[in-house]
Amino acid sequence: MTMKKQINFIIVCFLLAGFQTAEAQITDKPEFGKFAITGATLHTVTNGIINNGVILIDGKEITYVGDNANTSGYTEIDASGKHVYPGFIDSWTRLGLVEVSSVPVTNDASELGRFNPHVRAFTAFNPHSAAIPVTRVSGVTTVISAPSSGSISGKAGLMNLWGYSPDSMAVAGNAALVLNLPSPGKRGWWDQRSEKEIKKQYEESLKRINDYLDKARFYNEMMTAYEENPRGKEQPDMDIELEAMREVVNGDIPVIISVSREKDILAAIEWTEKQEGMRFVFEGVQEGWRVAEELAESGIPCLVSTLYNTTRGYDNYQRPYQNPGLLHEAGVKVAIGTGDTENVRNAPFHAGYAATYGLGTEAAVKALTINPAEIFGAADELGSLEEGKQATLFISDGDPFEPMSQIEQVFIEGNKIPMDSRHIQLYQEFLDRDAVND
Amino acid sequence: MVSFMNLIKSINMKRILTTLLLLIVTAAGAKAQEKGSVLIKNGTVITITGDDLAETDILIEDGIITKIGKDLRKPRGAEEVDATGKYVMPGILDAHSHLNGVDINEARNPVTAEVTMEESVNPNALGIYHALAGGVTTIHLMHGSANVIGGQGETLKLRYGSTQEGMRFKDAPRTIKFALGENPTRVHGQGSGIQPRTRMGVEQVIRGYFNDAQDYKRNREEYLEAKAEYDRRGKGTPPVPVPQNLRYDVLNDIIDGKILVHCHSYRADEILMLMRVFKDFGIENYTFQHGNEAFKVAPELAKNGAHTSVFADWWAYKFEVYYSTAYNAAILNENGVVNSINSDSGELIRHLNHEAAKTIRYGKLSQNDALRMITINPAVQLGVDDRVGSIEEGKHGDVVIWSGHPLSIYSIAEKTYVDGIKYFDRGEDADDMRIDINPNVDFDDARNYNEIISGREHDSCMKDAFILMEETLQH
Repeated sequence: MTMKKQINFIIVCFLLAGFQTAEAQITDKPEFGKFAITGATLHTVTNGIINNGVILIDGKEITYVGDNANTSGYTEIDASGKHVYPGFIDSWTRLGLVEVSSVPVTNDASELGRFNPHVRAFTAFNPHSAAIPVTRVSGVTTVISAPSSGSISGKAGLMNLWGYSPDSMAVAGNAALVLNLPSPGKRGWWDQRSEKEIKKQYEESLKRINDYLDKARFYNEMMTAYEENPRGKEQPDMDIELEAMREVVNGDIPVIISVSREKDILAAIEWTEKQEGMRFVFEGVQEGWRVAEELAESGIPCLVSTLYNTTRGYDNYQRPYQNPGLLHEAGVKVAIGTGDTENVRNAPFHAGYAATYGLGTEAAVKALTINPAEIFGAADELGSLEEGKQATLFISDGDPFEPMSQIEQVFIEGNKIPMDSRHIQLYQEFLDRDAVND
Repeated sequence: MVSFMNLIKSINMKRILTTLLLLIVTAAGAKAQEKGSVLIKNGTVITITGDDLAETDILIEDGIITKIGKDLRKPRGAEEVDATGKYVMPGILDAHSHLNGVDINEARNPVTAEVTMEESVNPNALGIYHALAGGVTTIHLMHGSANVIGGQGETLKLRYGSTQEGMRFKDAPRTIKFALGENPTRVHGQGSGIQPRTRMGVEQVIRGYFNDAQDYKRNREEYLEAKAEYDRRGKGTPPVPVPQNLRYDVLNDIIDGKILVHCHSYRADEILMLMRVFKDFGIENYTFQHGNEAFKVAPELAKNGAHTSVFADWWAYKFEVYYSTAYNAAILNENGVVNSINSDSGELIRHLNHEAAKTIRYGKLSQNDALRMITINPAVQLGVDDRVGSIEEGKHGDVVIWSGHPLSIYSIAEKTYVDGIKYFDRGEDADDMRIDINPNVDFDDARNYNEIISGREHDSCMKDAFILMEETLQH
């Protein structure tokens, strides 16, 4: 290390030390055991609405959902006049990876390099991010936390928002691979490249991705052949990157492609059709409504994370709000994400917009619950109020899409979460203090 | 052509043409500030300053609300709109916007009080249409936050597609932008290697300029007196000139209370600092913009009569907002501070009604207090509360018809009126809402990259300054 590097290293250490204290989130420990939530309207998602219902929670699981149960031996939570929903899932965030977006040392979402299938959001997911309690007390209990750079950004994790380690929080540590396809168009008004250059660079970039996938498929076949019958074969060398691609090319986990513009969506559909055996999910999908039929035909589910985006300049202002409804109407499976970090808590309001502008409340609830659970292969654990699923749910005093409602109690995997966060602690400390300064 | 010019000269056409041209320009300006008459029947009227009125009519005549009551008669020439089952609310005011600014930051000096947004207004910006669709009728178009004392702002009515002159809120008080904390210390200290690099420096930049401005004023007045005396006597030694300084003139106007200060600020310490400085210079009417940590000094703000204009829930996008809370507005309100909720964003401005509703989730404010934060409170902060911000007889006809209660996520702004003229109607909304179509911009390909990525503009206050910073940081 040179002197300068040493000084930089020391500075970074100090900053990190500072951030560790800054992030320590002191809330009470959750309660864990047997709970009966009674008297509430249960929004089961998969089995309609049960009025004056009962939910029994035993340990991590929901053991009963219905309208009549013996609650003796359970701690009763009277939720008369309240509503119970399965925990909301935000399908597209950087939560846990980024603490303060303008401070680079707190940004772990973007690794260097073009192809990083082996890097995992799971690894850098900070369980003590101050934004996690802020998020979960809003009823958003689970998020996709996704990396963001290069052509292959890495693996996104499906994370519950309670726990002391990524291991205890992960519903799926490797929920999906994040892939960015090149765009066949200009990148923006400042893009000075000629049409010819754009085309050339697009084709080169796409070829690099195609070659990489071919290599990954070859590696997978070679490894599988060896594993199935090693006798008489020389053991191939392991490659950590390509090893990480095996579950992708096998179709075990889906590939999330971030794509928003009409042309890009069409190009991406065409490209995915050539990738045999792989599964795909589109993210962003801002102009999906323009090509809703094509998307429906492709069978590719969409994580719409663009409700709060202003659209292509001249479009009618409602298009981003109408987009999920129009996609749903065409037959696309829709999940909703915020694309946010510190304000993932607004996911229900994004869904509320979608509901108001055509999606309808029932389908909008699905877009935050069972749909993402199915897309990421977690529907046996999350996404609805059903016996045998994780007790990941919340009680609200009204419609959770309404900013005016209160989320009163959150459960994550059976943990009765303290309804506390740094925002609430600051409120309690500063609401009533006398002037101490002239 | 020559003979034509001769003809003009011969009959003094030039003067006539000039007069004609002036007349046309004046007429265009007048048309842009046109006033309308409309009778809105049978809605639930949210007056803000009084009770909500069920099944009530509002009559706007020539841009002014003239009657509020039952069974009002439609005067000849007025439009009539049925609002049965709907809500009628005053147009929303946004006390912090860069929505249609052509340029935002004059970022080459820490103090640029002399520049204004006056000529930096784009009346055709699509953002205006998006804001109208969100029920907004008045914005405070501000200079950015690169400088400790930035430029003067413009209070605008959203007369989409009019002219620069047509957009002005006539006779609104002058305003000016101040900025504390990371932005000016980053741009000037870190970016250009000049003070301020710290919050200590920010204070002294303000004090230094105010002192210089006061010295200048005294010297200038002495010089003008001496000059007048010299001119009168016509002999002796002429006094050494003290030339006019527009920057100092504006600073003196601030000290003299002629300009409302709107100060970009985040941390509690810098808020206290500015209140101390302002007390020393006798400055009284000011609003802290953003004020993410204002809740920590709410009693001091109340004591000094300072106002705040905050985000509903934005935090953690930079370090100086890391220790903030979505309960900020509620704490300020409970402490008696006049607070508004602003957007500072072309995206948030589309749903300020829901940003206000968040104060009910975060702090259980009353619906009326929540709505005040996007109507009468920002009107107070811009000094236009005698004309807009509530539905009262004698106030401007800036009203919005909502499909349901405006704080509900399920409600949609259906019609937006400015001075009794309808500028937005969801029912008549076209697919292509551009007013000026620029053939050089192919929207299919060439949209703003940041919009594609997130749609959010956490730092629109720093527009125009980033380019400067990238330039200077390289050196």
